[in-house]
Amino acid sequence: MSALNIKKGSTSHSAYNLRPTFSDVHETHTLAVIVDNEPGVLARVIGLFSGRGYNIDSLTVAEVDHTGHTSRITIVTTGTPQVIEQIKAQLGRIVPVHDVHDLTVEGPSVERELALLKVGSEGDKRVEALRLADIFRANVVDSTLDSFVFEITGAPDKIDAFADLMRPLGLNEIARTGVAALPRGS
Amino acid sequence: MTRQMTGAKMVVQALKDQGVDVVFGYPGGAVLPIYDEVFQQNEIRHVLVRHEQGAVHAAEGYARSTGKPGVVLVTSGPGATNAVTGITDALMDSIPLIVLTGQVPTFMIGSDAFQEADTVGITRACTKHNWLVKDTANLSDVLHQAFHVATTGRPGPVLVDIPKDVQFASADYTSPQKAKTSHYQPRVKGDLAAITDLVAAIETAERPVFYTGGGVINSGRAASQLLRELVDATGIPVTSTLMGLGAYPASGDNWLGMLGMHGLYEANMAMHGCDLMINIGARFDDRITGRIDAFSPGSTKAHIDIDPSSINKVISTDIPIVGDVAHVLEDLLRIWKSRGRKTNREGLGKWWDRIDTWRQVDCLAFKQTGPSIRPQHALARLEALTKGHDRYICTEVGQHQMWAAQYIGFEDPNRWMTSGGLGTMGYGFPASIGVQMAHPESLVINVAGEASWLMNMQEMGTAVQFKLPVKQFILNNERLGMVRQWQELLHGERYSHSWSEALPDFVKLAEAFGAKGILCQDPADLDDAIMEMINHDGPVIFDCLVEKHENCFPMIPSGEPHNKMLLGEASTKDAIKEGGAVLV
Repeated sequence: MSALNIKKGSTSHSAYNLRPTFSDVHETHTLAVIVDNEPGVLARVIGLFSGRGYNIDSLTVAEVDHTGHTSRITIVTTGTPQVIEQIKAQLGRIVPVHDVHDLTVEGPSVERELALLKVGSEGDKRVEALRLADIFRANVVDSTLDSFVFEITGAPDKIDAFADLMRPLGLNEIARTGVAALPRGS
Repeated sequence: MTRQMTGAKMVVQALKDQGVDVVFGYPGGAVLPIYDEVFQQNEIRHVLVRHEQGAVHAAEGYARSTGKPGVVLVTSGPGATNAVTGITDALMDSIPLIVLTGQVPTFMIGSDAFQEADTVGITRACTKHNWLVKDTANLSDVLHQAFHVATTGRPGPVLVDIPKDVQFASADYTSPQKAKTSHYQPRVKGDLAAITDLVAAIETAERPVFYTGGGVINSGRAASQLLRELVDATGIPVTSTLMGLGAYPASGDNWLGMLGMHGLYEANMAMHGCDLMINIGARFDDRITGRIDAFSPGSTKAHIDIDPSSINKVISTDIPIVGDVAHVLEDLLRIWKSRGRKTNREGLGKWWDRIDTWRQVDCLAFKQTGPSIRPQHALARLEALTKGHDRYICTEVGQHQMWAAQYIGFEDPNRWMTSGGLGTMGYGFPASIGVQMAHPESLVINVAGEASWLMNMQEMGTAVQFKLPVKQFILNNERLGMVRQWQELLHGERYSHSWSEALPDFVKLAEAFGAKGILCQDPADLDDAIMEMINHDGPVIFDCLVEKHENCFPMIPSGEPHNKMLLGEASTKDAIKEGGAVLV
C-alpha cells in the first residue's frame, strides 16, 4: 500500500467514526452565481437549497447585464467544507447557471449590504440616535417629529452593530437587502 | 431558408430533424394540435400507452436499449402529473428523455383552468431542465436545446411545456443546425495529470478493483469497449453496480459479478479489501456502500464521473477525474501503454488467489428441491434457455430484480433495463414495450413480481394493440417479497400488508387482453413452459408460481459494512441492529 505514492484517503483512518472523511466544522461562504435571467431560475437555485437541505443565510438577485440577460445571485451560506463543495457543484449543474464563484476562497473580496432602519424616539434618545448615525455614516432618508428612517451601507456586521445600538433607542423596523459582493482588484 | 409553420407542426418537424422515430404518448385537450400533426405524417410512429407513467417508462426502455433519447408526448394537468414518477425515475438513473406536455393557453395560465397544473413548477425538481414556451417564435430553439441538454453531460429527462395557443400560432422554424447554441457544454476530457496519477496507482497497486456503473453504459458503446480492453490488459478484477451490468461481459475472466446490498460475496469482499478502488461512472450509492464509515477502509479511491457533484458527495476521493468515461478511458489506456503497460504482477497474483477463495463460497448456490419452483431456479432456467438469443431483459423492482441481476449474465451494454435509483415498481412492463419498439425482432423479457407487474398492467392493451411480443415472466410468490423479507429481518415477522390477496388469474387476464397466458407451478414443467413462452409470436404473461417465503441472499444488512454479508437463512438472526433499522 505504501508503494502507492498518493495521499491516503482519510477513510482509512478509522472504520468506526461516523463519516470520518468529512470535517464537521461549519464555515460561512459567499457565493456569486451568474445565471441566465429566465423565468424560474431563482426557483431552481432556492429549490436546490431546500431540496438538499442546505442553508441560505442571505440571498440577493438582480439582472446585471441587460443586453445579455444575465443576473448575479449572491448567496451567503453556511456548511461543512464538504457541503460547501457540494453546493458549488450542484449549483454548477443547473443548466442556466454560467458560473459559480466562491468569493470566500477566491482571494479578497468586498461585501456590502444596505439597510433601512426606522427608529421612533423623542428627546435625548432622538438626539443620541442621530449622533450615532453620524458616527456610522448612516443617512437620514425620512424624518417625522418622532421618528427617523436611517439608510446605512456596509458589511453585514457593521449593520448588525448599528442595529444593536439603535434597539434601545427605539428601533421598530428594519429592512435589509442581503449581501452584494465583488472580488477586489482587477 | 426559414419556414413559417404552426407551433404544433414545429414540434413534429423538430422531432424529425432530431432523428426521432418513435414517440410514446397519450392525447388530451391541450395537445390536440400536436396530435393533429402526428396524424398527418408517417415518419414518426406514435405508441398509444394506457397511462402516462407507462409512456415515460416505455421511453426509458427505448432510450436505455438504443442509447438514443426517448420521447414522450402527454397532455396538461393529469397527463403531466401522471408522468412525474417516470420522469423522476429517469432523473435518478440518468436516462435521456424529452417529455413534451401540453398546457392551457397562455392567457389562461394561473386561472386554475380545466386540466391546468403548474407543470414546470412540479417537474423542476425531477427534470434536468424544463421550459415553459410562451412564444411560438422560441419553440424550435427550445426543442433543439432540449435534445442538447438531455443528451450531453450526465444525461437526464427534460420537459417542454407548450401552451395550446403556442401550438396554434405560427412562426419561423429554425433547424437544429441553425438553432441558438447553448452555453451548456459539459466538459468531457478528463484532467491529464489526474489520469496520470491513476495510471501510477494502477502500476503499483497490489489489490486493485474496478467498480463500474451506469456511466459506462451512458457514455456509449466505445466506453464499454475501452473498459473491456483496459480490464483485460491489466488483469484487474471488475465488479459493477446494478446499472452498469453488461458493460463488461459476465463471461469475461475478470468479472466478479454485481456488488452491493445483494451483490456477490466475492465482489463485496474485493471492494472491502482492495487497496485501489477505481470507480468508473458509478456514484457510491447507499445500496453499494453500505455503512459509509466502514466502506473499503484501506483503499485509495479514484472516481471518474462526468458530474462534478458526484465527486466527494458521499465518499471522499483521492483521485477525482471529471470527464466522460470513454474520453477518460481512452487517455488512461494511452498513458498506461506509453509508460510500459506496467502492473504489480506479484501483488495481483496474490489478490486473485484471495478472490478465488471468496469465489469458492459460491454465494449464489441453491438447490431446487421440493414440490415448488424456487425463484432462483426459475431464473437460472430462463438464463440457460435464452442465453443464445438476441435478448433484452427488463425488471420490475424487488426480490425478482435482484435475482435477475444475480442469475442472468449480460454480455453487452444496453441489454438490461431496470429501475435502480428510484426503485419504481411498475417500471419493467412499460419499459419492455419501449425496448420491443426499438428492437422488434429481439426477444424482450420482463422479469417481474406479481405485485410490481400489477402496478402498470394496463399496458397489456398497448402490447396487444402494437403487436409487441413482450414476455412477462412473473415470479409469483403472492407476496411483496422484498417488503416481506425486511419485515422478517427487522419487524419481528409481522407481515404487515405485504401479501397479494385477490390476485387475478393471470392466464385469463392475458386472454382477456387477447394475449397468451402460461401457468407453471411444477419444476418438471418449467423448461417446456419457458420454451413455449419464447416460441410464441406475441405477448405472453408467464405466471410462474414460486416458493412463497424465499429470501434474497447474499445481503448486506443495513448499517453494516461489506464484509458483514449474510449468506443465507442461518445468518439472519438479529442481523440488523438498531442503527441499521432506520435506514432503508
